[in-house]
Amino acid sequence: MAGVSSEARPVYLIAGGVTKFAKAHPDMDFRYMCKKAFDYAMEDVPDLTTDMIDGSSVSYFSDHFTRQLMAGIMVHDYLGLCPKPSRRIEGGGATGGLNIQNAFQEVASGRMDCCLSVGFETMSHVNTWKGNEFIALASDTNFDFPVGGFYSGYYAMMVQRHIHEFGTTVEQMAHVSIKNHANARYNRYAQFPGDLTVEDVRNAEMVATPLTMLDICTMSDGAACLIVASEEVAQKVCDNPIKIAGIGTGTDAMRMSDRPHGDVILLDHESAEDYKDLDYPGVHSFRGGRVASKQAYEAAGIGDPREDLDFVELHDAYTSSEIQTYEDMGLCKYGEGGPYAASGKACVPGVDYSVDFPEEPTVPVNPSGGLLACGHPVGASGIMQGVFAFWQLQGSIKKHLKDAKLQLADPKRGAIHSHAGTGTYIAVSILERP
Amino acid sequence: MAKAKDFKLPETQDGNVLYNLDPIISKYHWEVDYIHSYAQDSPFFAGLAEKKLLGSKCKECGYTFATPRSHCMVCGAETDWYQLPDEGRVHTFTVCHFGGEAFLDETPFTLVLVEFDGADTLFLSRVVGIDGEDVSVGMPVKAQYRRNSKFEPTDVYFIPVQE
Repeated sequence: MAGVSSEARPVYLIAGGVTKFAKAHPDMDFRYMCKKAFDYAMEDVPDLTTDMIDGSSVSYFSDHFTRQLMAGIMVHDYLGLCPKPSRRIEGGGATGGLNIQNAFQEVASGRMDCCLSVGFETMSHVNTWKGNEFIALASDTNFDFPVGGFYSGYYAMMVQRHIHEFGTTVEQMAHVSIKNHANARYNRYAQFPGDLTVEDVRNAEMVATPLTMLDICTMSDGAACLIVASEEVAQKVCDNPIKIAGIGTGTDAMRMSDRPHGDVILLDHESAEDYKDLDYPGVHSFRGGRVASKQAYEAAGIGDPREDLDFVELHDAYTSSEIQTYEDMGLCKYGEGGPYAASGKACVPGVDYSVDFPEEPTVPVNPSGGLLACGHPVGASGIMQGVFAFWQLQGSIKKHLKDAKLQLADPKRGAIHSHAGTGTYIAVSILERP
Repeated sequence: MAKAKDFKLPETQDGNVLYNLDPIISKYHWEVDYIHSYAQDSPFFAGLAEKKLLGSKCKECGYTFATPRSHCMVCGAETDWYQLPDEGRVHTFTVCHFGGEAFLDETPFTLVLVEFDGADTLFLSRVVGIDGEDVSVGMPVKAQYRRNSKFEPTDVYFIPVQE
């Protein structure tokens, strides 16, 4: 099984929109939030009219939070897209990334020339701990949830094993939080810009050892959209479309306890010698993230992601999962994610950080501030990261963020990564300036 | 026959909690009874009532699951029930200071993934009888069972093995 490239029928992103994520958006319901993101995107491509959109792919994670079944069609209907085709895409935390891939497939297959990918989540309807319970229902309800399992607890156990295997430290994890909150100071869409220190992160309230409140993203309300189009439509309405060069998707067993302990799935630039003593993926690594990356890299012709990617927007629901994802995506070897986080290689050039990152940035990770600083309205998050990556490659960060600080110099290729469960569904897509 | 204009809906004393008027934000209560079947996993829960920890083992390839499943993840064949040893080791752990709402009043509690000799996969449980901060990877632990079974996975829990 390979990833899918868009060689046969190239597929482009032509516009995007994001609502500013917030703890609660009582003034807008999910339809209005999606409409707001959609209108922003449409204003960016004035030559595109609604009648040129052939259908939509709508995503939200949880019926529990929404308490409205078939909310997807209600978004499609609210945007005036009936009776065109639409479907709902759901895959936990990876919902947004999977949605973009579904829209890609609609266009790559020739079924549509232009498809709207839009996602939302409204998580403010219950208190945080009920929200944790709802999200925990996305774990095995016979064996895991009833023991008191919840997502921060699962990730805490995973990183505890990462610490055991590789010597990763909580200070290295704190560097991820520092970087992402600092980047967010220049992103007007981010909820939690901040200038943190290692002490701030470690002294924040403990949720599940070793993860503190500042190692964890925040449930939010929000929506985001991307408009996906064929080359013909893209050329007609957009000055600087960005190509979706390839997609990859991986999975793993819902229960962490079922994860195998076998051999590492190697990327092109790695060798089996690197990992001869490592049982993989165990609970310390995300096999699905590795598979998704491998497929997407192959589809997009990426040999060594450290050379061939200019930046990555990845699913940093936890500081620990950003570190684990550096490794899955091959930005460093398995086991080197902790030192990598503290090295500065994932920083944005020109941004001041409160800690000393000794090395120069090579592949900036989460220049937007990621989920840690923007918030995580699940069905929107992956699309939000897609929008920021799209703007980054367009060179339009200043236009959209009203600040050029986060604009990387001439980026040609970036990866977006969206992640569900304890690594249960993972979607990686490669975006490229044509 | 009364005239139509004289009919009125009854006025009642119930209602929602109003938080805000613009926009109107209100709170209502939502509760359900839910009928859940453990289905093919049922023997595991019956086993806990007999103070037995049951995993499963593939009839074809022998892959052994510490958290049971009726069909093998590796080859798809049916599995047999397989009694795990009562003693295992902590594979990883966390001390939870928060949790889902249903478990908040139990915090702090310590979750562990337990590894067993002879099993290829792990088992999620809680460890008690030790300060969470003193738990470590590799620590030997022993299964204990509730006297009165609730037919929940918490009918089994682990304690440190006394050296």
